[in-house]
Amino acid sequence: MDSLIRIRHLSKRFGPGCDRCLASTGPEHDTNLCRHCGSVTACNDLSFDLFPDEALGVVGESGSGKSTLVRLMHFEWEASGGSMEVHRSCAAGFLPELFADNAEYSSNLLGLSHFQKRQMRNALMGIVYQNPHLGLRMQVSSGGNIAERLLGAGWRNIANMRQRAAELLERTEIPVQRMDEPPCNFSGGMQQRVQIAKALSNNPLILFLDEVTTGLDLSVQARVLDLIRNLRSEFKLSMLVVSHDLGVINLLCQRTMVLKSGHVVEQGLTDQILQDPQHRYSQLLVASQL
Amino acid sequence: MISVENLSKYFTLHILGEKRIEACRDVSFRVPPGGFLGLAGPSGAGKSTVLKCLYRTYLATGGAIRYDSAALGPVDLATLPDRAVIDIRHREMGYVSQFLKVIPRVSALDVVMEPILTRNGVSRETARERAIHLLEQLRIPEHLFDAYPATFSGGEQQRINIARAVSWKPRLLLLDEPTASLDKDSVGIVLDILRELREEGTTMIGIFHDTALLQSVTDSVYTIC
Repeated sequence: MDSLIRIRHLSKRFGPGCDRCLASTGPEHDTNLCRHCGSVTACNDLSFDLFPDEALGVVGESGSGKSTLVRLMHFEWEASGGSMEVHRSCAAGFLPELFADNAEYSSNLLGLSHFQKRQMRNALMGIVYQNPHLGLRMQVSSGGNIAERLLGAGWRNIANMRQRAAELLERTEIPVQRMDEPPCNFSGGMQQRVQIAKALSNNPLILFLDEVTTGLDLSVQARVLDLIRNLRSEFKLSMLVVSHDLGVINLLCQRTMVLKSGHVVEQGLTDQILQDPQHRYSQLLVASQL
Repeated sequence: MISVENLSKYFTLHILGEKRIEACRDVSFRVPPGGFLGLAGPSGAGKSTVLKCLYRTYLATGGAIRYDSAALGPVDLATLPDRAVIDIRHREMGYVSQFLKVIPRVSALDVVMEPILTRNGVSRETARERAIHLLEQLRIPEHLFDAYPATFSGGEQQRINIARAVSWKPRLLLLDEPTASLDKDSVGIVLDILRELREEGTTMIGIFHDTALLQSVTDSVYTIC
């Protein structure tokens, strides 16, 4: 099966950068800070594929580059180098100019204009952040939050948008009679579910989950995970699941990659990563699990 | 169907000063289609390691695991790309672990139904009937069908585990001490279910710590020492 997204040599550097940045950072130096120029290489030469209907886990300590990776793929930050391509099947319909004659994959998405990136994001992607404040406007009604996203995806009819918002909130177990309340009135777990409803509103093919259960209490965590599992099998979503909780990864993901100081140090089947980790850092990570 | 050639597995523990632990060495055997091979040997000999290498939970250090896949043709499970292993696991290879790995807040019936639904492409109703039939066969009381297996006794959990693994009728089934925590009657029932599955063509490789049992259910035995 062809992959949905191809990431090759993706890098992100913060700071001026110098010739020696790449050689002096990475897992073997245990840092992503260049001692020569002070630049931080948050992601360094990441290459991987995301396949249709697959949940890919990304684990690693804080500062390993997990969230940076998500923000690069979601076009929130500009990458310093590398490429990201999508398969013809998911984007040729609305951005045909990205595909050369008969090419299976698009040109490099990282080089698109802001407008094209927004189009791509509105049509294909959804994201759920650890902090609901990043994904929701807290003072705007929950229904309004979803409508905002639908507007971006080209919806115009108010009644249809309300209908869709009500469906999604129902699906994520938010009482529909509360859809006109702003998320700041809701508990953390409910806010997270509103965020999921918003992320799913445009029927994305790719869902980014950035530490979605971190900070939630256990029963709410189980509910959110349940919801994600069911939605994935129902909507055939591809997901990139970033978490430092190996239990979450084990529950949701078939494949996992381990990040350390901006590099992928290992990728494999999730049960293999957890039971037979090969790299020194993966072994440390697994051995540290409670 | 499956042929293992000089399989060996070492663990290199980087965090313990590059310590090397040998789990198994030069394991070779073949299983014909429809066969049932038993793995025997003292504990620590590497029986589970071999099964885990076949299922690719462990990466083999050396040797080959040649498998005639229905979907992909002849493959070497030791080196096959991850995506293809996922495909084979999804379509034809099952694994029964020693303990049930429970998914929180999913009922016993749903745990057993899930693989039937996702892998056999049958209707919800058919999947439900088949799952209920299996649970009844395994003497799981009906009032537990909608309860969470995490709260079950060890023996009940293990029976749920077996039901989940056999429910979708895999083509190749790996069994790691499936009867270890079961009483005598339950063992008999599990063996009946395995027998039925074999009659439908499933090839099996299993570990049983009871030697008499091992001799009675398998048609050949490979001893690891």
